[in-house]
Amino acid sequence: MSVLIDQDTRVVVQGITGHQGMTHSRLMRAFGAKVVAGVTPGKGGTEVDGVPVFDSVQEAVDRTQANASCIFVPAPGARDALIESVDAGIRLATVVTEHIPFHDMLIMYHYASAKGARIIGPNCPGIAAPGKSKVGIIPNVVFRPGRVGVISRSGTLTYEIVNGITEHGLGQSTCIGLGGDPVVGTTFVDALPLFEADPDTDLLVLVGEIGGTAEEDAAEYIRHKFSKPVIAYIAGRAAPPGKRMGHAGAIITRGKGTADSKVAALEAAGARVARFPYEVPDLVAETLKTRGRR
Amino acid sequence: MVKLAEWRGKEVFRKYGVPLPKGAVARSPDEARSLVTKGTVPLPCVIKAQVLAGGRGKGGAVKFANTPEEAHAAATAILGLEFKGERVKELLLEEKLPIARELYLSLTLDRSARLPILMASAQGGVEIESVEDSAIVRQPIHPFPGLSGYEKRRAAKVLGLIGPAAKSLDRLLDSLWEVFMREDAELVEINPLALVGDRLVALDAKVIIEDDASFRHPEYAEIRDDRTPLEEIAREKEIAFVQLDGNIGVIANGAGLTMATLDVLREFGGRPGVFLDLGGTDDPAKVTEAFLLMAQAKPRAVFLNIFGGVTKCDTVAKGLVQAMGNIPAADRFPLVARIRGNNEKEGIEILRAAGITSVASLKESAQAVVREAGGAA
Repeated sequence: MSVLIDQDTRVVVQGITGHQGMTHSRLMRAFGAKVVAGVTPGKGGTEVDGVPVFDSVQEAVDRTQANASCIFVPAPGARDALIESVDAGIRLATVVTEHIPFHDMLIMYHYASAKGARIIGPNCPGIAAPGKSKVGIIPNVVFRPGRVGVISRSGTLTYEIVNGITEHGLGQSTCIGLGGDPVVGTTFVDALPLFEADPDTDLLVLVGEIGGTAEEDAAEYIRHKFSKPVIAYIAGRAAPPGKRMGHAGAIITRGKGTADSKVAALEAAGARVARFPYEVPDLVAETLKTRGRR
Repeated sequence: MVKLAEWRGKEVFRKYGVPLPKGAVARSPDEARSLVTKGTVPLPCVIKAQVLAGGRGKGGAVKFANTPEEAHAAATAILGLEFKGERVKELLLEEKLPIARELYLSLTLDRSARLPILMASAQGGVEIESVEDSAIVRQPIHPFPGLSGYEKRRAAKVLGLIGPAAKSLDRLLDSLWEVFMREDAELVEINPLALVGDRLVALDAKVIIEDDASFRHPEYAEIRDDRTPLEEIAREKEIAFVQLDGNIGVIANGAGLTMATLDVLREFGGRPGVFLDLGGTDDPAKVTEAFLLMAQAKPRAVFLNIFGGVTKCDTVAKGLVQAMGNIPAADRFPLVARIRGNNEKEGIEILRAAGITSVASLKESAQAVVREAGGAA
């Protein structure tokens, strides 16, 4: 088993005829994903590397039984693409597109939630279950099948850390890049229960960043409801106080959002927090070993 | 983000029907005097520097005038003032109103709740950070129904408004909600919101527009933020660029990796001076631009730390080699490169042909660049 996707996941790529859509459809297939359809309005009836292209998601679903979408549609059209996807019955949509206005994402998130669909992203690397499937853009080379779950708000930093785990001789069950935008479809707290329930995940690596309160919220969840060991890394301890959102933005968090606050919350919840990315693999290996001995 | 100066924020407010004092913008003392002489701005009036930083009242950037000559003198005193690093070029003149009470209102995004949030407090006119939590009401608003009647009544109750004043608030909140939604605002804030008799008037306006929505709002394109000239060039080239006071330049891809790189450099005593996030790019020319931009910032040493995903290692290597040929000898800098991920082998090969070695370990490469920059601080 894995989280959210497996070897039976049937992926439809929205925006498959664009450069990114085309490149990453190829890479997803190379990773073992079943990319069964593409959608680009006006290009129905064509093919991309043998994958049939349809004018609408509904046609793609009807003809290929696609059950997960991967959205590469540029920001001005992304909201529309997501809503089309949800209306066609897709219940897992990974939105890779960056620079989607959060006002659009608010509509996307609440619409999808109301229809029982889950969004991963936007502006995210997506999901990879090594040996099974991949939806998104995480580099294939960093993975190897194993029993470490990874959730992250970052893109390239996720690759860095997953790569470190692999170079250490360990592997991953599922890795989810949630994206770091102000509004994301799936937060740490939303993703944690999935890893808790996954019998193939022994330990979870959580990669966070300064800003917002997603890590503090995750710590609260871990403390009460998550039974597996957690290794965390929070990027941005040395970052200068950034450009903030102004007074009203600052007041919602009330002192939360700094690296110190996140590290303290996670440690209090029983997680081990690495100070640098390259400490993560050692902590993972050490924790797995101790646990194995028990 | 695009922060609007008060007068621009008020132009937006006016469009949506938020009640405002009578006022006008002046760019010279003569213009200020003539606005009051002609009666465009009634006397007595308040004259406010149009700068983005807060704390104008205490900082001498707000003055009052009872006569046209006083208006001229006040304008002379404020114009050209350097307020928290910003030169005052514009003034907003407004009628001075008999204020009964000062309130606070704002709409922004609550990231955790994934909902817009209305904040209201009866303690307006001071920095909202200094107001106790218990004195602020936070009302999440679902985007589908939008702002509901009961939510507005709750705000009126907390603000202590009844009768016509409560009606005034009801209309004002509808307008403010429209501003927030239609203008793609990150923040709309009125502080203070004045109670004048039994009507409400927005004495200040703070509006921040979301950058990502610029495709819907070409009208905000000309408004510049408080960036340094190099940051401005970077913005045009879609490269995230931040200047600090250290001497090591960092070129990375992705915000998380960029921050992690800073963390590691600091650990070894390095002082990052400029950081530049390539983001996702498939274009070697953009990488070349990034390096040329970096050279202008004159770092002691540069750390290139790339994990190839969308941005492939060979793309970065090609762009780097191209840039190295174009940087004037006087601006060259020692470079430590680390490229990993997609097309790593191809990238390393391109660098090797140009005499550049890629260091695989993050720790070792960070230590190397700190040495190149003259050692730990």
